[in-house]
Amino acid sequence: MTRQVTFRRRFINAFMLSLTGVATLLVVSVLFFILGYLLWHGIGSLSWNFFTKLPKPTGETGGGLANAIVGSAKILALATLIGVPVGFLAGIYLAEYSGRTFAFVVRYITDLLNGVPSIVIGIFAYAIVVKPMKHFSTFAGGCALGIMMIPIAVRTTEQFLRSVPTALREGSMALGANKATAIFTVVIPAAKQGLTSGMMLNLARVAGETAPLLFTALGNMYWSAGWSQPSASLPVMIYQYAISPYEDYHQQAWAAGLVLLALVLSINVTARLIMSRGSSLARR
Amino acid sequence: MAASTPVLEGTPQSRARSFAYGLKAGDELAYVLTLAAASAVILIVALLVYQLWISSRLPIHKFGFSFLTGRTWDPNAGDFGALPFVFGTCVTSALALIVAVPVGVGAAIFLAELAPPKTSNALTFLIELLAAVPSVIYGLLGIFILVPRIRQYLAPALRDVFGFLPLFQGPFYGVSFLSAGVVLVIMVVPFIISVSREVLMAVPVEQREAALALGATRWESTWDIVIPNASTGIIGSGFLALARALGETMAVTMVIGNTPQITASLFAPGYSIAAVIANEFTEATGDLYLSSLVFLGLVLFGLTILINAFARILILTTQRKGAQS
Repeated sequence: MTRQVTFRRRFINAFMLSLTGVATLLVVSVLFFILGYLLWHGIGSLSWNFFTKLPKPTGETGGGLANAIVGSAKILALATLIGVPVGFLAGIYLAEYSGRTFAFVVRYITDLLNGVPSIVIGIFAYAIVVKPMKHFSTFAGGCALGIMMIPIAVRTTEQFLRSVPTALREGSMALGANKATAIFTVVIPAAKQGLTSGMMLNLARVAGETAPLLFTALGNMYWSAGWSQPSASLPVMIYQYAISPYEDYHQQAWAAGLVLLALVLSINVTARLIMSRGSSLARR
Repeated sequence: MAASTPVLEGTPQSRARSFAYGLKAGDELAYVLTLAAASAVILIVALLVYQLWISSRLPIHKFGFSFLTGRTWDPNAGDFGALPFVFGTCVTSALALIVAVPVGVGAAIFLAELAPPKTSNALTFLIELLAAVPSVIYGLLGIFILVPRIRQYLAPALRDVFGFLPLFQGPFYGVSFLSAGVVLVIMVVPFIISVSREVLMAVPVEQREAALALGATRWESTWDIVIPNASTGIIGSGFLALARALGETMAVTMVIGNTPQITASLFAPGYSIAAVIANEFTEATGDLYLSSLVFLGLVLFGLTILINAFARILILTTQRKGAQS
């Protein structure tokens, strides 16, 4: 009797524990499936033309997505220029200056902004940029993604500045530095690796965003005529090509997907390597 | 060393120093600048809420609450009822959670309780990469890889086993609530895993040791001791995933079928709030049409904000509890 119970408990133990292992394996394998499928379908369409040519009209084959790649780069550069400074400074405020109540409010609002669905950010950017300018534009796309970058910039800055030991601040201030000097010449350099990798992860996150660009940067089959004109971008191109009925466009969508994923994942891996190297140095 | 040592010109360090000197005169400047940035964040969110609100005044006044209960969405007739979209959003998100929570929590148990630290970290790294995959890529794979396979294998299997339920009846064309749900499962699982893992790891080791010392098996100590301790946080991770699923746009738009209807069958094509905004916003003619879409955005915003706030409170309480004991 006792023995049976023990056996039953042991069986449940082994069964459930292996089930958790299976669940993990299942989830991790999805990543390899994604990589595998994109490589399989996308690599054939990657050519010199893909990176240098404009899209061809439907029916003709052999176009590229050069305008989308340049468009994405411009939008992301603008987004970084908007999102990182605001988020960085706000993060410094939270970590170094703020009192309790206001910091709580800022933190709460930041988390709130982080949870706003990307499509709603798109509507917002449409209302404050596209409508007054009366034009879909590269600029509007950059603003939308810039706003999306703010919350993570704030929280990573705060987190990494807080991880710098107080002794460093006290030391520099004991040597006669004032608070601002201590922050900008001692604390921030000490947190450099974390900050860099945090901002890289932030950029990688918005690089694949599609929904906020749909009605801000819109899309364009040609070179964008400037910051105030509609622009193509890689994620929107993938979307438009994938839902189109043309086989050639589907091939291009796969190739674009591969490029986008390679970009996003390589930024992610690099950032995490920088971060782990930083933490192992700190331990020493 | 005196802080007032004159600075050498030219080297990068000296330039940084002189920057510091510049700041020194304006220690206040740094304070004001960072305070302004922090206030800007609040301002942006306030502006966002304000814009959404004034841009959706038209349908709020015209339809009021019946906007959310109306079943017909006919832009030509000026009739806007959002129920099919709300229905689609809720059904697909619920579907996603039902599958993603058990799988995600299971994987989190493995990573937090069983796997050796090195393996656990490596696997968590891969899972975090999975969370970084852009949603449009999930949509792409959804259209070309997942939907054909669901049509070929999953849908017939579900029909064979659960065909007596109205959920799994009717023809299956591929794009459907079911497909959107499956894509969402894959998209939200990484979030559930990483949050649940953190929460599980916050449970003190002594709890496990005590259970094991009393003769519990590994599973019993996990299921009866660790999980109850971490339950609020795990529920929180579920709500976090829910907020993500509700707001997910591209992948859902690409596989849900974009047909505004309310059906019992998961095999039928549907529509979601985010998807209708994505599809119709640039084509919306007339103020009422456009502002109805903004109103949908406001509804989605309100929903995700509420759920997010709730999730954060839950996760915070568990982590506090873990820190105290």
